[in-house]
Amino acid sequence: MENTLTLRYEVDGEDFTRAGEASAAVKRALKKMGVSPEVVRKVAIALYEGEINMVIHADGGVITVEVTPKEVRMELADHGKGIENIELAMQEGYSTAPDEVRSLGFGAGMGLPNMKKCSDEMKIESTVGVGTTVTMTVYIQ
Amino acid sequence: MEEFFHSVTLDTEKCMGCTNCIKRCPTEAIRVRNKKAFIIKERCIDCGECIRVCPHHAKKPIYDHLDEVLNQYKYRIALPAPALYAQFNNLDDVDIVLNALLMLGFDDVYEVARAAEIVSDSTRRLMAAGTLKKPIISSACPAVTRLIRVRFPGLVDNVLPLNAPVEVAARLAKKEAAEKTGLPPEQIGAVFISPCAAKVTASKMPLGTERSQVSAVVAISEVYPKLLPLMKQVKEPKELSKAGKIGVNWGSSTGEASALLNDSYLAADGIENVIKVLEDLEDEKFGNLDFIELNACNAGCVGGVLTVENPYIARTKLKRLRKYLPVSLNHVDKIPAEAKWDEPLEYAPVLKLDPDMGKALSKLEQMEEIERSLPGLDCGSCGAPSCKALAEDVVRGIASTDDCIFKFKENMTSLFSELHRLEGLIPSSYIQENPDGVKKEEPDDTH
Repeated sequence: MENTLTLRYEVDGEDFTRAGEASAAVKRALKKMGVSPEVVRKVAIALYEGEINMVIHADGGVITVEVTPKEVRMELADHGKGIENIELAMQEGYSTAPDEVRSLGFGAGMGLPNMKKCSDEMKIESTVGVGTTVTMTVYIQ
Repeated sequence: MEEFFHSVTLDTEKCMGCTNCIKRCPTEAIRVRNKKAFIIKERCIDCGECIRVCPHHAKKPIYDHLDEVLNQYKYRIALPAPALYAQFNNLDDVDIVLNALLMLGFDDVYEVARAAEIVSDSTRRLMAAGTLKKPIISSACPAVTRLIRVRFPGLVDNVLPLNAPVEVAARLAKKEAAEKTGLPPEQIGAVFISPCAAKVTASKMPLGTERSQVSAVVAISEVYPKLLPLMKQVKEPKELSKAGKIGVNWGSSTGEASALLNDSYLAADGIENVIKVLEDLEDEKFGNLDFIELNACNAGCVGGVLTVENPYIARTKLKRLRKYLPVSLNHVDKIPAEAKWDEPLEYAPVLKLDPDMGKALSKLEQMEEIERSLPGLDCGSCGAPSCKALAEDVVRGIASTDDCIFKFKENMTSLFSELHRLEGLIPSSYIQENPDGVKKEEPDDTH
């Protein structure tokens, strides 16, 4: 059997200042595994952007990360308002973030495009009013 | 495997085996074993935090001693760090310090501030050429460079490939002295008057170059009391100083970055802040930055463990001193060979759990499981800085979960209850009928 490390994080939608903690924990684990700096970078950025999105748009959710010697699979599931037009959301510069988070430097419309750029596979499933699940895979080998 | 030298030593008589240093170490390099602290050498970055935090003064910096150094070389050149000037009250002329250094027994002085201006000019040239990966991270603080090397593999290529000012100073000073005196290089000593213990390590095991030209590193704290009375005797100082504002500024945080005459920089000081910045850089959280200056010590080099003055007061003194100095007195037409690294910085994967990635993954899983079974108090009583670190030590095979006093107590409790249960058991062959014919009550074995 392929050995798999599963890490699970609850993302708190109430506390903006804690966003990024899951990404930091996964980063530490990957370094201990000895994966290449490039893979660590891609996973860290993809996860960080995703985590921020969950806080800004969806009041938090659950991140599940599965690490195997071949790849890192990340699932970010929330019960937020959902994405109306995924194609539009994927465009660089498009954002529905409220002004108060923009003033903190977020909401530049680069989150999803960056996630796409940093992952080798990405899938978005979203139902308006129900929630969104983003799955991303970064290959290690 | 290279030998590890570190500028920290432990006075075992004074070490109580408390948890102060293990908790403070930014690379989790210290453990307590047999009631004494010990350093996992390949992890230590020489930041000096353990020296600063030890309440029993058991952690001590290692450095060379002035008298021995002066006897060791025929021609002795002092390389004073800008931070040295920041130790004195009401100093308004650097030459007073430099003249006093000559009176102390040195044959010449070469200010590290001079070399710092050369490094600044070289950095400006490299940035203008636009060939380096941005943001460029300063390589001047040896603890930061070592930290990046063990903890931030993704940032290794961003480190400025130039020698630190003291190294450049040593090379240029020795070259000048060899031309002037005709002495062979081994008889010329370039002696750094240092605020920093990590520079001792950097001189013995440099990064970016195979061999350091810094002959010895003596502590500002040792030189300071000897220098004070001599400075009072200096009436008409000879003009020796050849550095301006930019060079002197390097002594405190933002000095190096502001010398680049470019607003797109960030300067952070104090090891915890440095780590936060590096984490964020790794996640590419800041865009459009050209240069990152990082100093492991609070307020920059003036906060080094070998200084005497409070770092913030020292910084203010430095500000006062540089007020009327010219901007810079050292310029280069091209980057001098003395300033360039001759070997690249390489990632040292000392935190890896296993050379085989599959095995490392299994160890990570075990680590998670062990961590969940630990109390999560991070009390440090086991000798590791946190429950997570103990879990890691267990999978690395250098500790046991029994080192956790709470786990130990749990085991004792279950052992005692088992003993208690066994105590109550009586073999049926021992059970006697009472004379009145009533069987004795069965022992209760339910508890």
